Amino acid sequence: MMKCTEATQLLSEKLDRPLSTKEKVSLGMHTAMCPACRQFGKQMSALREITQRYVQSDDTESEDAKK
Amino acid sequence: MTSAALPIDPAPCSSLFDDTEFMNALRLQMLKFATLQVRNQALAEDAVQDAMLSAYQHIERFQRQAALKTWVFAILKNKLIDILRKEKRYTSASILEEGAGRNDEALLDTLFTDHGHWQKDERPQKWDEPDHGLESSDFWKIFDTCLDALPARYSRLFMMREFLELESNEICDNEQLSVSNLNTTLFRARLRLRECLEDNWFAGETCP
Ligand SMILES: [Zn+2]
Repeated sequence: MMKCTEATQLLSEKLDRPLSTKEKVSLGMHTAMCPACRQFGKQMSALREITQRYVQSDDTESEDAKK
Repeated sequence: MTSAALPIDPAPCSSLFDDTEFMNALRLQMLKFATLQVRNQALAEDAVQDAMLSAYQHIERFQRQAALKTWVFAILKNKLIDILRKEKRYTSASILEEGAGRNDEALLDTLFTDHGHWQKDERPQKWDEPDHGLESSDFWKIFDTCLDALPARYSRLFMMREFLELESNEICDNEQLSVSNLNTTLFRARLRLRECLEDNWFAGETCP
């Protein structure tokens, strides 16, 4: 069984390169059983989405933020 | 990039640019980010200058500080991508930072048990879904603080990948890094940033 240290590294690398089939399978088996790593995986994607919006804020309501 | 006589119009919308405190803070923030990315003061200043100038030229668009900031950072982002692509010889950073590796080992020891599993109280928690104050200047302050706490090389490569959205192979090529070196650096940057954001922003349902 894969360790969390390895799983977290793959959950990060997944954002930068396609994983091999073998990696996908063992990662899938790990995350199926490990809620902490599952959460970590979600946070990796969230972190990417957040960072892409770096400095964008809509303090004081949002009328012209979209336009 | 020519005339010093910019069309400053006394209409209310131009007052954003008259808020010198805000404008200076914005300029410094841009300069800091640009310098981190391109590693050359003159190139960074030019990029910031150009981005500011284009904002002045579209002065009528901005009713609020937030909109202006979003705009200039988008312009700056594109300028920095151009510079990184064109000026490899100035911008690449082949020096590894001392000490970063050792701190990482210590972090890994705090987060994981000897068997390589999450320590009980370090397990990632559910983050509140966005909207909940995520796009606020308060959030970005925390984010910047967390970013600053990383070794410079980590925050630089992380932002290059995630904000400038350069592909991994392009970064490796520009920076003369191996793919595995980049992947490890990005992993460690994300690991720390995640931890810092969770502790300082997402922890606790309510902010005092
Ligand atoms: Zn795990």
